[in-house]
Amino acid sequence: MSGIDWIFPTPTGLYCAAGDFYIDPMSPVDRAVVTHGHADHARAGHQKVLATTQTLAIMASRYGEEHARQTQAVNYGEQVTIGGAIVRLAPAGHVLGSAQVVIEKAGQRVVVSGDYKRRPDPTCTPFEVVPCDLFITEATFGLPVFRHPDAEEEVKKLLRSLLVFPEKTHLVGVYALGKCQRLIRILRDNGYDTPIFVHGALTALSDFYEQHGVALGELVPVTTESKKATKGRLVLCPPSALADRWSRGFSDRIAALASGWMLIRQRAKQRRVELPLVISDHADWDELTATITDVAADTIWVTHGQEEALVHYARSCGLEAAPLALQGRDEESAA
Amino acid sequence: MKLFADLLERLVFTNSRNEKLRLLATYFREAPDPDRGWAVAAIAGTLDTRTVTPSIVRKLTEARVDPVLFRLSYDYVGDLAQTVSLIWQGQRTTEPVSLDKVVSRLRSAHRSEIAPLLESLLDCLGESERFALLKLATGGLRVGVSARMLKLALASFGDKAPEEIEELWFGLEPPYCALFAWLEGRAPAPAVDRTLLFRPAMLAHPLDAETLARLDPADFIAEWKWDGIRVQALSFDGKRRLYTRTGDDIGHAFPDILESMTWEGVIDGELLVVEDETVRPFHRLQKRLGRKAPSARAIAENPARIRAYDLLELPGADLRPQPFAIRRQRLEEWASANPLSRFDLSSVFPVETWQQIDALRERSRSGGYEGLMLKRRDSPYLAGRVKGHWFKWKREPLTADCVLMYAQRGHGKRSSYYSDFTFGCWQEGAESAGPRLVPVGKAYSGFTNAELLELDKFVRANTTERFGPVRAVTPDLVIEVAFDALQPSSRHKSGVAMRFPRIKRIRWDKPAAEADSLTTLSALRDMPMADQKQQSLL
Ligand SMILES: [Zn+2]
Ligand SMILES: [Zn+2]
Repeated sequence: MSGIDWIFPTPTGLYCAAGDFYIDPMSPVDRAVVTHGHADHARAGHQKVLATTQTLAIMASRYGEEHARQTQAVNYGEQVTIGGAIVRLAPAGHVLGSAQVVIEKAGQRVVVSGDYKRRPDPTCTPFEVVPCDLFITEATFGLPVFRHPDAEEEVKKLLRSLLVFPEKTHLVGVYALGKCQRLIRILRDNGYDTPIFVHGALTALSDFYEQHGVALGELVPVTTESKKATKGRLVLCPPSALADRWSRGFSDRIAALASGWMLIRQRAKQRRVELPLVISDHADWDELTATITDVAADTIWVTHGQEEALVHYARSCGLEAAPLALQGRDEESAA
Repeated sequence: MKLFADLLERLVFTNSRNEKLRLLATYFREAPDPDRGWAVAAIAGTLDTRTVTPSIVRKLTEARVDPVLFRLSYDYVGDLAQTVSLIWQGQRTTEPVSLDKVVSRLRSAHRSEIAPLLESLLDCLGESERFALLKLATGGLRVGVSARMLKLALASFGDKAPEEIEELWFGLEPPYCALFAWLEGRAPAPAVDRTLLFRPAMLAHPLDAETLARLDPADFIAEWKWDGIRVQALSFDGKRRLYTRTGDDIGHAFPDILESMTWEGVIDGELLVVEDETVRPFHRLQKRLGRKAPSARAIAENPARIRAYDLLELPGADLRPQPFAIRRQRLEEWASANPLSRFDLSSVFPVETWQQIDALRERSRSGGYEGLMLKRRDSPYLAGRVKGHWFKWKREPLTADCVLMYAQRGHGKRSSYYSDFTFGCWQEGAESAGPRLVPVGKAYSGFTNAELLELDKFVRANTTERFGPVRAVTPDLVIEVAFDALQPSSRHKSGVAMRFPRIKRIRWDKPAAEADSLTTLSALRDMPMADQKQQSLL
């Protein structure tokens, strides 16, 4: 391997021995660095948490202010020393506040990507390439069948459907953090300025994005009465609500779902989706392989998804590569 | 090609029939000739291109993509056309390729040219177009659009009656340019030689007590409703056709029938398997259907026969405008004038009172018929399901008390409800094991909206396991299932299969242990039926 022995996987999560901290640990620890606010990365109950201001605010809104004993907010690029390691956070382009963790010790640099993407996203800071010796990458869409189309083209599909089926309520399943706000922002950028209905589970995070400077236009909460007024309009809800009893009050509806998984037709069919929208907040195959080239690391660890194919790819490029099985990741969440 | 690919994409994901019709009509408006005609042919299954085997597709891909990555991807995705369309890296040219170009090149290619052709086409298409191409080339679009639905969409696009399309359909050929010209009002209806075309079939309405009370028995003739397949047999000038009632040509599966058609005319009748002058259960006929070219043995094992109901035409004489009573007379004359081997006549009965006919209907279970048909003496032969002329009066359905085992979410409006139900009957287990449930059927109709809500609630509250959209439930709820017949089946673990099962009642009151056993259920199987003497009562 790279000879770097001060970072390794444990059952609780990735552990940096040089600074005695975990990255995105699954269970409560003394010291955690959290990459972003999705529930499979950010958990409650740690003693000390270091993360971006936005990620800490998201954690506080989800778990309450008391989610950790002590929190430390840092800006992108700000260096902090933790034990024997120098740590900074670099933008990951995944959701608002998402970060890669850059750790240096004794002239060696490790980058933990967290979840990331490299496509344009008007709601968060773009991914920064940080050259390193060891790159620990996610691989949610780590197969060459995953080449995500342009998100804007997918949004146009949705707008076209609203024209062809003007009498139908278009229910769109979106993850509450990130996907929801990105979709709204792209809709607005493409001239859709009609008020958008949103499920109660989406309002808090959307308000939060607004406060952080992402304008979303007029959002109307869905109520039992307002359900009847949604003909020909967009209603955003968490993906689980599409199949839930909540979705019953809409008389005539089309079920859409915005997710990178929608590229696989069978998956969309299985979820009873009628209008699949391939919009992903994770890197696709081309982004994953390009990033491996860009960071110029000679060792690649792959976690969090389709490890086998990406490891095979990295090895065929002459790099050292290994799969890293981390527990507690839910592949479907927030993809 | 892009428009066609988009259409397939939307059709695949759309469950509602009306939406599918609208998508098709929109496509017909947007796509040019001859593309839209080829699309019609591809969906209707009337497009004859050389079929590309999956192994050609696989070999092409392995030459282009790292085989390990291809294998991992195929394992993950599961569908070859989908995997290849996603993984293929084309040298994307900017020039769009028309569906016409793709189809013509596929049709004219020699066997040896097919692989390089496919490769070059894949190279210049985008992802959804590659998917459409592969589905087209490997034969099997499976977008859930029937031939009937397609004709309805064409009718609504051209603002014509569906029957007009039906009348023409079998005389037309892809890419249907003359059809579209007529639909768009640019040309008169295409001229087709109608001699051997399917004549749109006359269909019956189910009879209810209220309608029956209004009918005068003296106006009607009753006839057995045989449990086979409604067909139309045509024979003119030595050319012969055998159509189903939807106009599908099934002659290739029944060479024995075609061979026997030495007479001329058009017969409407029921296709059956008849052995020792006894009509055999429906599943025997199923063995003959869907076989492209049956062996001599298959023909001998399940001898087919057509039981004639009606005579629509004789050479030079269209009898369809004539009253049914007259047509029946002509049918009997026709039968005695021709030596018939694979044809015979269906019996008819004059109706004196409805009670007398009802008694006949009750007998139809032991006789093995599906029930009775009531036909007005003065009805002409009309296309489609026209009210007030023909009625079907089915025998009472069979019923069984079954236990709910699995439920699946429905489609479209029902997608938030568990509305597709699998139920089972008890089977004695080995010694100490005790009885266990064996699935015997699936139903998704028969209940009211209020009952659906209750069933959905039961499923959600009693789930033991989940598999995607399917939930297994605690075997506590008894449902009374009604069905038309029970057939032996080697494909089902229970050994039997129900025809048209639907939920009759929810037995909230009945303990699951008291539901029917597989032995009790199996006793309801159809028995071979003895034939009634053929007779004329006119
Ligand atoms: Zn994430
Ligand atoms: Zn994640």
